[in-house]
Amino acid sequence: MSGTKSVSEQAVNLLRNNIVPLMFIIICSICIPLSGFTPGYLINEIVTRMGRNIFLILSLLIPIMAGMGLNFGMTLGAMAGMLALIFVTDWQIWGIPGIVLAMLLSIPFSVLLGLMCGKLMNMAKGREMILGYILNYFVTGLYQLVVLYMMGSIIPIMHASIRLPRGFGIRTTVSLANMRRSLDNQFALYVGKVKIPVLTFIVIGLLCLFIVWFRRTKLGQDMRAVGQDMEVARAAGIKVERTRIIAIIMSTIFAGFGMIIYLQNMGNFPTCTAHSQVGMFCIAALLMGGASVEKASIGNVFLGVILFHTMFIVAPKAGAAITGDPMIGEFFRVFVSYGVITVALIMYESKKRRAKSQGGALLALAQREQEGGAQA
Amino acid sequence: MGNTNQGAALGKSRLRGLVDQYGLPRLIITGFLLFLFILAPIGGADLPTQITNVINRFSWNSVLVLAMVPMVHAGCGLNFGLPLGILAGLLGATLSIEMGYTGGISFFMAIVIATPFALLLGGGYGLLLNRIKGGEMMVATYVGFSSVSFMCMMWLLIPYTNPSIVMAYTGVGLRNTFSLENFYANVLSDFWKIDLRNYNINLIIPTGTLLFFALLALIMWAFLHTKTGTAMTAVGSNPTFAKASGINVDRIRLLSVVLSTWLGAVGILVYQQGFGFVQLYTAPHFMAMPTVAAILIGGASVNKASIANVVIGTILFQGLMTMTPTVMNALIHMDMSEVIRQIVSNGMIVYALTRKEGAR
Repeated sequence: MSGTKSVSEQAVNLLRNNIVPLMFIIICSICIPLSGFTPGYLINEIVTRMGRNIFLILSLLIPIMAGMGLNFGMTLGAMAGMLALIFVTDWQIWGIPGIVLAMLLSIPFSVLLGLMCGKLMNMAKGREMILGYILNYFVTGLYQLVVLYMMGSIIPIMHASIRLPRGFGIRTTVSLANMRRSLDNQFALYVGKVKIPVLTFIVIGLLCLFIVWFRRTKLGQDMRAVGQDMEVARAAGIKVERTRIIAIIMSTIFAGFGMIIYLQNMGNFPTCTAHSQVGMFCIAALLMGGASVEKASIGNVFLGVILFHTMFIVAPKAGAAITGDPMIGEFFRVFVSYGVITVALIMYESKKRRAKSQGGALLALAQREQEGGAQA
Repeated sequence: MGNTNQGAALGKSRLRGLVDQYGLPRLIITGFLLFLFILAPIGGADLPTQITNVINRFSWNSVLVLAMVPMVHAGCGLNFGLPLGILAGLLGATLSIEMGYTGGISFFMAIVIATPFALLLGGGYGLLLNRIKGGEMMVATYVGFSSVSFMCMMWLLIPYTNPSIVMAYTGVGLRNTFSLENFYANVLSDFWKIDLRNYNINLIIPTGTLLFFALLALIMWAFLHTKTGTAMTAVGSNPTFAKASGINVDRIRLLSVVLSTWLGAVGILVYQQGFGFVQLYTAPHFMAMPTVAAILIGGASVNKASIANVVIGTILFQGLMTMTPTVMNALIHMDMSEVIRQIVSNGMIVYALTRKEGAR
């Protein structure tokens, strides 16, 4: 516990802090040659997926800052984005205006859902993650109620093309054909075979700048204080509950925007299930980038997206090359994404517990010393 | 005048107390279920058939729900890691069939073979949960998920050879779903089965399965009243106090997790014998949530559960599951049951997680 650390100790610490990304760099570097993809194809795929996913993953950063853990409730925002897209598709507003309108329209839905999520999380402090996780299924139920039974019967839907033949409810797939890649294709640059969606990256860059700026504002500082210690923050006059709700609302709004960017790239989406895997994949990617439950940076997001999606692209082919069965690779990548979340959660919880018992031990030590002093 | 007012107030508070004790969500769901039972004949659905369905579904699921009890009792939270026990059960089922057992013996052998797996997996899982006290539920969820996806690979890689369970064309890897017709389908439910169809009433009661559940429930009840069982309750309600009175908290928690996992393994076997099929691969993913919801609807909370909660919860939840589609279809020709199931079961879990007394 000396003030200066030796070089080897520092190296060990560096290794320990980056063990997860390192492990995946090794897995990817084994799998890439086995998969037999050309570098051009691989890079193009990764750049496309970066544009598609980074905004969504960035939405996870703010709740982590506020000490609320991985926001499994981000799918609420995704649903808000999908609702907005359904309306915009019905009104037949296409291209970039359609995307901007969908983003604006998603804000009220996101605020409402985020408010609910934040309030519930305040009622279940210390259990935010499991609550967010279950809440996502609960709200999925509500979302399906609205989309399958209320749209067309109570909420007006004009165009028969997106309505189910029975007269109400939305078809299984919503086509965004006229909106497809309109954000990605604007000012797109081609470097060799690699297409770079410049405008999408500019939007992502703006969000990164916003997050960097936000951390320095009063509210951002408050959130960090709440994340460090709720009681201390309360004693310092910060409205803890309000700050936490704001953190979740912001995350939900950004997740809504992120979902719209994600879906404009995909070009269509399954009405009821598009959001179901989003939360899991985003969180797995963030963790693979070296983030933990209580600490995550923009760098983690970028590294995580690259590693996660490299693995995702190459795993089925590599799995087929190793075992002769492509299904193994499919299952392997799902296993790895669940596995990395599991390991991160275990590390976080055991660290939290160790810190608590360490605190207790220190207190006991101090008391013993005091008693010893009194006796002497 | 004042007297009657007082009496009314007293009555009101007593009613309030009754509602509080029974739990508002449980009251609403019970009411809704009764409403469905009343509506069923009006909509033209046959009531005895409905009751048969509910009893049948109850008999399939009750043991799985019972698997929640030990862990909740020992304060390990709701067992979202139930898929782990289910995997042990699936290993037992497939290996028992692979070894060539048929008929009723295959059910018994499945339990026997599943037991060591359940002990092993449950033991590891319990040791893990002891290291992360307080954060069990989230970790449990993901331990369940990652082990299910790990076993997805294993079902393909373990060299099973029995032609009735491996993939039809390639002969490598197990099928997604296979029938238990020649194995242990209905071995329990056909035992002392009460069949009133001969008297023109569409009522069938799977007595054997109900007895099997009753036996396990009785053992569980008796166990909770032994010295170890009492210790378990103490650990669940106040770990610090339990530790102070000389109970080895970690050991008790480990025991509860192993017990839960084993019951999960037996539970899925009972489920399969009623359902008649074994579902592999991603199927266990979706089994924890309804089970957790069922025990919560029965009135359990995050750290309190009894056998009565299991029975009431399973009847209410399964009743809701089977009644809603038929009645809805009969009345308005629209099947909203899936959406209602999702809202009710997950809403119940959210409610339980946000309750103050559940917080530690």
